[in-house]
Amino acid sequence: MMDNNEKFPRKRPFSLQMDLSKFSPATDEEKEQIVQMRESTTFFKDGIKKLSKDPFAMISIAVLLFIVLTIFIAPIIVPYSYQEMISVDGVRDRTAMNLAPFTYSVNEQAAIKSGEKIFPHIFGTDQLSRDYFIRVIYGTRVSLTVGLFASIIVLIIGLIYGSISGYFGGKVDLVLMRIVDIIYALPDMLMIILLAVVLDATLSQALDGTILERVGTNMISIFIVFGLLYWVSMARLVRGQILSIKENEYILAAKALGAKPGRIIRKHILPNCISVIIISTALQIPAAIFTESFLSFVGLGVQAPMPSLGSLASAAREGLQSYPYKLLFPSLMICLIVLSFNLLGDGLRDAFDPKLRR
Amino acid sequence: MWKYVLKRIGLAIFTIFIIIAITFFAMNAIPGGPFQSEKAPDPAVQRMLQERYNLDKPLVEQFVIYLDNLLHGDFGISLKTGRDISTIIGESFAISAEIGGIAIVVALIPGLIFGSLAALMRNKWPDRVIMFSSTIFVAVPSFVLATLLLLIFCLKLEWIPVWSVNNRNYILPILSLALYPMSYITRLTKSSMLDALGQDYVRTARAKGVSESRVIFKHALRNALIPVVTYMGPMTAYIITGSLVVETVFTIGGLGTKFVSCINDRDYPLIMATTIFLAILLVLLTLVSDLIYKLIDPKIKFE
Repeated sequence: MMDNNEKFPRKRPFSLQMDLSKFSPATDEEKEQIVQMRESTTFFKDGIKKLSKDPFAMISIAVLLFIVLTIFIAPIIVPYSYQEMISVDGVRDRTAMNLAPFTYSVNEQAAIKSGEKIFPHIFGTDQLSRDYFIRVIYGTRVSLTVGLFASIIVLIIGLIYGSISGYFGGKVDLVLMRIVDIIYALPDMLMIILLAVVLDATLSQALDGTILERVGTNMISIFIVFGLLYWVSMARLVRGQILSIKENEYILAAKALGAKPGRIIRKHILPNCISVIIISTALQIPAAIFTESFLSFVGLGVQAPMPSLGSLASAAREGLQSYPYKLLFPSLMICLIVLSFNLLGDGLRDAFDPKLRR
Repeated sequence: MWKYVLKRIGLAIFTIFIIIAITFFAMNAIPGGPFQSEKAPDPAVQRMLQERYNLDKPLVEQFVIYLDNLLHGDFGISLKTGRDISTIIGESFAISAEIGGIAIVVALIPGLIFGSLAALMRNKWPDRVIMFSSTIFVAVPSFVLATLLLLIFCLKLEWIPVWSVNNRNYILPILSLALYPMSYITRLTKSSMLDALGQDYVRTARAKGVSESRVIFKHALRNALIPVVTYMGPMTAYIITGSLVVETVFTIGGLGTKFVSCINDRDYPLIMATTIFLAILLVLLTLVSDLIYKLIDPKIKFE
């Protein structure tokens, strides 16, 4: 250490002479004192760290990963397809209707006795003697796809609409938000049913012969309906986030320090609202799956041979007393997916919501 | 305040108008008219029918006529049965309203009780049990729940007879309608109750020596109720759409069953009328819950 007297020399009131020793570069020793105790973390890293400590969220992620892996791998392993009726030696097996899980039909048992290998029907078969396990797997695929695409559509439209409204403000904002208010006040489910009925009747002719025909009019109308109605709350959310973040002092400070708008958006606005946006997108997926299963139940779901979890569960109501497992498997799947997404959403909110941090 | 009320009523009326317009023009976009069938009737007969139902007029004029009829309570006639739609809706809505009304009460009261209980006994076993079951129930779609309840209690255990006209047992339909909103209210009440219990005014009340029950009911619960009131609108929406499914599962001849069957029959006038009727009901209920919300929360400023 330097001598105290030398570091702070006695003031000489009428002198402009500067003490140059004050401006000498810091020694290594001094530098070490300002080195941070721990590595600095980013907002994202910190959130992930918090999330990994939440057991429910981690279990949900594991379950969802498991389901996603299963729906990709199972169709490779299982030799049946979702619209194929069970056949033995190339002949349609009429005894293979409504089999219980892990049982074989009369013809299949005969085939097994003669040394043939037959893949077990893990969930049994349905009334048209199709393998139920693969149908549930495909149903999960369809439901998850619907959920994922629907929430992506919602995210894109809501993000663009909301940020336009939030950035421009003023009259643009006023007009855009009035439109949102009106759409928001519409009863969504009823409008979805109505639009699904109308689109079902009008689209089927328009789509004839195109690739989209395979997807089915109902699936497309579900997407259209989501695109038309469900983006509203996302747009509101994004707009509110941007508006409130825009007014913060640190944005003002960043502006005062000369940060460019691009940097402000990237470094200050986005990290602060991305978490909320991600969470509500994640929570949109189970909502979309719910809606799809509801529409399937009402008879406006996906096209006939293609299964969805909702249509499987709804079809299982016939012969409920004799074959309850047909209801059980798809509904368990719906519950598992929705539950995992809900718990994951809760975990994400706890981990990423800056307002909850203490 | 009256300005706000009037503004809200104005918005509600406008919304209803928009709904009717969307419904009307969307339904008219469906190709084919009601009198076009495979074996076309005599053109003269067809023309007369079209004139009788004003189908020869331009679409906008038809819309004005339809609006005029609606204002007189005339929803038109069902294509399938030829009956007057307002009588169909009137008959079936009575049953649905009864079930839905009870379901709202069943969802609300236990939801509030369980939610406050979970908040007060935080991290003890009642809290764990309540939160666990409410998390599970929020993840079950209403038709799955209804079908499972039907399967377990009516068919397997045979505790409760299957619904019939002579034997009206409301327990299961109400339960399957109410469990989801009940769980939601429980979760909502718990978080807002915890929030309220941590507030300074609760500490002040306790410091003053106010009895614990008074602190809970007068200070904490009253403030915790506000988010629950905002949920009333979405809840009625849920119960109305849920009733479509639950009534179909339990084969109750309410408006929900009618709606689902007319969708499957593609009975367009009936679909249109039911959508408009339910939408108007929903908009009005949301309006009422919004007004109540503004009334009980003095912190909200009237714009």
